[in-house]
Amino acid sequence: MITIIDQKQNFIKGIIKENPVFVMLLGMCPTLGVTSSAFNGLGMGVATLFVLLMSNIVVSLVKSQIPSKVRIPAFIIIIASFVTIVEMVLEAFIPFLYEQLGIFIPLIVVNCLILGRAEAFASKHNLYSSIIDALGMGIGFVLALTLLGATREILGNGSLFELKFVSENANTFILFILPPGAFIALAYLAAVFNKFTIKV
Amino acid sequence: MEYILILIAAVFVNNIVLAQFLGICPFFGVSNKVSTSVGMSGAVLFVMTIATVVTYLLHQYVLVPTGLVYLRTITFILVIAALVQMVEIMLKKVSPPLYQALGVFLPLITTNCAVLGVAILALGLENTSLLKATFFAISHSIGFALALILFASIREHLELATIPKGMKGVPINLLVAGLLSLAFLGFTGLV
Repeated sequence: MITIIDQKQNFIKGIIKENPVFVMLLGMCPTLGVTSSAFNGLGMGVATLFVLLMSNIVVSLVKSQIPSKVRIPAFIIIIASFVTIVEMVLEAFIPFLYEQLGIFIPLIVVNCLILGRAEAFASKHNLYSSIIDALGMGIGFVLALTLLGATREILGNGSLFELKFVSENANTFILFILPPGAFIALAYLAAVFNKFTIKV
Repeated sequence: MEYILILIAAVFVNNIVLAQFLGICPFFGVSNKVSTSVGMSGAVLFVMTIATVVTYLLHQYVLVPTGLVYLRTITFILVIAALVQMVEIMLKKVSPPLYQALGVFLPLITTNCAVLGVAILALGLENTSLLKATFFAISHSIGFALALILFASIREHLELATIPKGMKGVPINLLVAGLLSLAFLGFTGLV
């Protein structure tokens, strides 16, 4: 019998203790690739959250039907179907975000976070726990991407969610919206995260 | 001339790992020793080239004529997953020494987003052709190998260095990758 407290911990762990980005280093490609602004980070995070939630739901529902030898290909098909849905919805309704995220939308399918949760959690737990797990991990991912995107946008562009708070021709650290800035910003964020989660 | 430009662009200017952020997982995962990183680079070169050829043909001759381009993501990932399995089985039979060297890395490649990424990017090339797509894949895997081996060499030295407590592990590796990426930024404008 799973108590409410267990479920609460199940939810919280994805956000802090097992944060997919800062602690477990899953899904690094989109994390580094699309976070040149807070909005892009948020968009990517929400798209991934959706795919993660839906695939966890489906995997936990059909887990007893799938022979264990072909479970990984089966999980990949389930995930790829939801990624295709996301791809088509974004292209139709938010073409701006679709352009910005580009190649990283089809690549959600190889995001190790999603396959990892399907394999490690949803294939072993019931529907309710799987939904909570997906929400916790997904929100942890959204927060991490938005935080990284916001950090890079503030330092690199002097703005947050496209709202500029420095004058038009002020000097900003352009480095942070260029590729090296992604690694460097994430390095320091991970160091700060280390400081608070593990007693070093 | 066009092919030389593709090569330089893929290896230095738009390096797949350091500028395009594809294949970051193996980049951090298998870079603790130079020898393993060489093995991984070989496996990526092998699989990426074959995968791009197969997905390119599939896209041009099956998906486009039948109007099923929107199924691209699903088809490609399945083809790549199946291909990796096949390559593994064939390699085991045909060339045991090569299998010994690359074997452990092959299953890891299915989740390497660089392979799927390059297969998709190769479709978007200007006047793309099979030859061009293949060359594109080879150039990108050389870029991957260069970045991975450089990074592994730095990490081997890093083990001897004194690192502040909080920076140990993940942060220092990210920082090194950032500096490497900064160095590659110097190639901008070359092509």
